[in-house]
Amino acid sequence: MSPTPRRRSRARGLAPYLLSLPAGVWLLLLFIVPLFIMLSITLKTCSPASGACVMTWQWGELPHVVNQYRAQFETSLVFAALATIIDLVISFPIAYWIAFYGGRRKNFFLIMLLVPFFVSFIIRTLVWEFILSDNGVVLTFLKGHHLVPSNFHVLGTGLAVVAGLAYNYLPFTALPLYVALERIDRRVLNAAYDLYANRRVAFTRVILPLTIPGIFAAFLLTFIPAFGDYVNQEILGGTANTMIGTVIQNLFLIDSDYAGGASLSAVLLAVSLLGIWLYAKLLGSRTIQDYL
Amino acid sequence: MTDVDSIPQAIGVKVNVRLENVTKIFDGATAVDNLNLDINEGEFFSLLGPSGCGKTTTLRMIGGFEEPSGGRIILGGQDVTYRAPFHRDVNTVFQSYALFPHLDVYENIAFGLRRKKFDKSVVRIKVGEILDVVDLPGFEKRRVSQLSGGQQQRIALARALVNEPALLLLDEPMSALDAKLRHQMQIELKAIQHRVGITFLYVTHDQEEAMTMSDRLVVMRHGCIEGEGSPRDVYDNPATEFVASFLGASNLLAGVREATEGARTRVILTGGTTIRVPTSRLPSALGGPQLKVGVRPEKISISTSDVNSGDSHNQLRGRVKVSTFTGVGNQYLVETSSGVEITVYAQNIGEALAPRSGEDVTLTWPVEHTFAVVPTSEALTESEKSES
Repeated sequence: MSPTPRRRSRARGLAPYLLSLPAGVWLLLLFIVPLFIMLSITLKTCSPASGACVMTWQWGELPHVVNQYRAQFETSLVFAALATIIDLVISFPIAYWIAFYGGRRKNFFLIMLLVPFFVSFIIRTLVWEFILSDNGVVLTFLKGHHLVPSNFHVLGTGLAVVAGLAYNYLPFTALPLYVALERIDRRVLNAAYDLYANRRVAFTRVILPLTIPGIFAAFLLTFIPAFGDYVNQEILGGTANTMIGTVIQNLFLIDSDYAGGASLSAVLLAVSLLGIWLYAKLLGSRTIQDYL
Repeated sequence: MTDVDSIPQAIGVKVNVRLENVTKIFDGATAVDNLNLDINEGEFFSLLGPSGCGKTTTLRMIGGFEEPSGGRIILGGQDVTYRAPFHRDVNTVFQSYALFPHLDVYENIAFGLRRKKFDKSVVRIKVGEILDVVDLPGFEKRRVSQLSGGQQQRIALARALVNEPALLLLDEPMSALDAKLRHQMQIELKAIQHRVGITFLYVTHDQEEAMTMSDRLVVMRHGCIEGEGSPRDVYDNPATEFVASFLGASNLLAGVREATEGARTRVILTGGTTIRVPTSRLPSALGGPQLKVGVRPEKISISTSDVNSGDSHNQLRGRVKVSTFTGVGNQYLVETSSGVEITVYAQNIGEALAPRSGEDVTLTWPVEHTFAVVPTSEALTESEKSES
């Protein structure tokens, strides 16, 4: 028996909800619930000795930790900003070249760009440690040619952390830039040349403005994870340049100060949301979907 | 610098664009084959042809977006063959309009003026004036995404015209518009061209569009010019079989040239009927006696009674196979005794009863409406035949 028209139409009405159910459950269990757990922890007061937390409904830790770790926040901000700028400067010509001159081999070049990132994040960072170590390829070469003093070292400095961040997050910059450049209508570019724009003017007046949503998306996708990153700092940095991610990790895993860690995470989250809100405000929420 | 004075020309007509033996080869395939063309100043000139005939490549070479493989392009007396687009006094209306999506209407139109370093107040005046010309006053602050297709088309036109180029190139600018808007824009575009007096070079595959607007046109095929002249000349006296079929509809009947009697030449059709053709309308490059006689469907009168129209008309007898009422008239498919099918259009002017299928009819048409072309050895593909 075939279902009656009414039943069929009801089934059709439910179909979108049923189809989105697995994703909804996944999002709820692994994102929304943990998020609320984390936010609820910020309202607790924890005893560092025992690790036990009591719900006090107070944001007692929040102003305290923000004040206490101001320096680490600033370090994170500077490192993440530097890494993002370096990535933008490096990625733009690459993305531009692939988008405009890649021809039929665009996808091949994109894969080539991404291949190193198929390797685990930790392993890549460990290899950077190896490369930047005092006896590594780079320093041996530089010292051998007397380009740097013999006591020069990179590992354990902020420079190493920024280099690691820039390397690890490069694809998050390059891909949105590529998408933005790729979708520029070549006929629009022809129109610019037709209207007396030389190559430089066509770039600054047409290509660059049309790439701005992509640049912003690249910025967010690179800056936000880099801001909260602790692996690079942990492996490549020293003790003098602790980033906020490392602080959070220590608060949770070593000091058992869950409320403090959760409070810092909440601040981090707020910073990220602020960035996305700015993006939506300036460039429209529709373009977010296009790039993120 | 090229000396334009040596070019033979009609009095008062200045040649604006001249193509000399222009050739373009892409990866061994010839897109444009040794093209020679003169476009006069202030003219509305069309390049008409099916896709792949080389018309857009020709336009792109004039615009500076492609470099010719050979030949010269002379614009206003200056050789611009190898000049970049931004060093030519030419502007283009692109097929998809190619408006700058990040700029508003004002900045779109002002783009070229700003590059030419016009004073701000001058830019403001010029943009306002050109918006009046394209009939969109007050649209300065609109975003491109807020415009309809027809409005985008006008802004694209305004953006090019505002620079007052020596030549405006239009690359199938109406292909994205619906039929009604297209008709309206055709009339408007012609009026705008008349008002601004700039030479327009229009590329299209739409024969009706080309005929409606052009002062002169060329029909292109396989990178070569097959027919050139005013729309009426090219339509009434097509130079080749291809032009006869591409530009409007034609009845083409194979025959053999018999004898010339002064102003008229007799041609014996395959079925044995004799047709007379004005001698002046025989193709000049007639190789052998084989040719095709042509007549347009609307030039033929259809009658069920036996008519004797005498010396001034050609006559064929046949039987109506299909009769179709189209509102403005009747369209008949008549099969002659030798099995050739002939299309006839009769206007709906309330005359006697229309012949019905199966009826025997006589077809007559004036001798001066008969033309002759050299038969093309290769068959025309579907896309090369006119859609109407």
